[in-house]
Amino acid sequence: MDYFLVSFFLIQYIRTSLQTATQHPEWDKRLVIGRYTSIALVAVFYATETPHWFNWIWNAFLVLIIVVIFTDDFFKTLRATAQTILPFIGLCMIRDATRALSPDFYKKYDSGFDIAVAFAFVLCFFIWFYARKQMKVLQKEREDRLREEQASKAQKESLEYLVSERTYELTLQKEELQKTIEELKSTQNQLIQSEKMASLGELTAGIAHEIQNPLNFVNNFSEVSVELCQELEEEIDKSALGDSDKEYIKEIIADLSQNQQKITHHGKRADSIVKGMLQHSRASSGQKEPVEINSLADEYMRLAYHGLRAKDKEFNAALVSDFDPTIGKINVLPQDLGRVFLNLFTNAFYAVADKKRKLIEEGNLGEYRPEVKISTKKFANKLYIRVTDNGTGMPEHVKAKIFQPFFTTKPTGQGTGLGLSMSYDIITNGHGGVLDVESVPGERTEFRITIPINETQEA
Amino acid sequence: MKILVVDDEEDVKSLFEQKFRKEIRSGQFQFSFSFSGEEALSYLQAHPSEVVMILSDINMPGMSGIELLRKIRTDHPAAPPQVMMITAYGDSANHDQAMQLGADDFLTKPVNFVELKEKLLSIL
Repeated sequence: MDYFLVSFFLIQYIRTSLQTATQHPEWDKRLVIGRYTSIALVAVFYATETPHWFNWIWNAFLVLIIVVIFTDDFFKTLRATAQTILPFIGLCMIRDATRALSPDFYKKYDSGFDIAVAFAFVLCFFIWFYARKQMKVLQKEREDRLREEQASKAQKESLEYLVSERTYELTLQKEELQKTIEELKSTQNQLIQSEKMASLGELTAGIAHEIQNPLNFVNNFSEVSVELCQELEEEIDKSALGDSDKEYIKEIIADLSQNQQKITHHGKRADSIVKGMLQHSRASSGQKEPVEINSLADEYMRLAYHGLRAKDKEFNAALVSDFDPTIGKINVLPQDLGRVFLNLFTNAFYAVADKKRKLIEEGNLGEYRPEVKISTKKFANKLYIRVTDNGTGMPEHVKAKIFQPFFTTKPTGQGTGLGLSMSYDIITNGHGGVLDVESVPGERTEFRITIPINETQEA
Repeated sequence: MKILVVDDEEDVKSLFEQKFRKEIRSGQFQFSFSFSGEEALSYLQAHPSEVVMILSDINMPGMSGIELLRKIRTDHPAAPPQVMMITAYGDSANHDQAMQLGADDFLTKPVNFVELKEKLLSIL
């Protein structure tokens, strides 16, 4: 009976502690077989009227269980508990062996053997009971730890979520800052550029003023000298000099008069340059008024075109316009903006004419068709104007200087180098806009004007 | 008609003398020259009621043309000469100020002598 209890409860203990029913079905099957074996054994034991030799079957059964437990790593955690049945098996086997080998000795001490086996049997259950208790404590601890782990895991997850959230925010901020830095950089460049232009403009105005006074004297004195020459001629006619003398003197006077006229002519030329410089520096001469941008642009395009045609009958170019009809009237300085248009178109026509001339010189005009294009667009409270030509274009080092006063690529006498500098001033300072340029050498040039539209002032 | 020309440029004198040669010879005009505002005032003091017309530059070192105009209008209210202001800066601020202080006319440099001659003759 004691064998049955030991084996039955040991198997049961293994099943509950390792939870084989749910986690290891293949072992559970074997353990259930073991359990039924022990039930069968006890049944056979009582059915065969408790023979002594049957104890050996029990012993073998228990040893088999122990061997399985100690050889398979699956039962590693149970070995300490399983050990407790070793004294029981040992004592049983000694008792049975003694009974078989020397029945006399056994008979003499059979109660002693029984007490020892009973003691080992009780010990088994006592230890099991204790182990169970211990295990329950352990189990509880393990559960506590598991719960703590879960709590910390949850905390970790929430922290990780927070971190990733912060990281995302920081990335956004970083991107925003980078964008701001880029904007600041471009604003700085624009500021430097407009500062440079402003100081150059002031310098130009200063020079112009300083030159204007002496230049006025040159012009006035040369003019008055021409008048004096005429008077002198009249006086000579009245004198009693011989005709040949008179002719000679008149010749000299004519030369003198011609020289004076040359002085006047070149003085006037210098004067118009100085006027241009002064115009350049004059802080927005007119008042802003609502103007049809499209018709203004068109008017000046034709003006520039016919201006060039008047000088060069051979010249022709396609005028392409792409106007945004929704623009309507916008508050600008009409005269100033007109000057900008005139400058841009004159340059564009000059560029296409220049390219055509060069191609003819090289002898491969080919399919070249000079074209100057104006396009306007109103978008998001801004007015965009583009003047594009398929002319000579310009290299980078020229592009860097075109807005500087007195910079020109035209031959002497054909350009003052003030047109684009003035245009830049009118767009940036007069209208708070942007004038920039893009060019592919030998291919094309595009001037881009961007003017902010003030809705409240819009007509 | 006696005209006082005030300008810090001394060459103005010979320029006027040549430009108005005929008028000076015929005695139509009589020119005097001062090269600063201060000089002009002392000239006016020394020759009271002689000068009919003053042509004055505005931008001069020392006393400016505007200042001179103010002085003339306050010191000589009895026999007021005509005053024409001449300036290289054709801005409206100068023009308005001069007109407010009682200038009779306002010219910008470079002076158009044909126009000036016509104006002087019409006053005569």
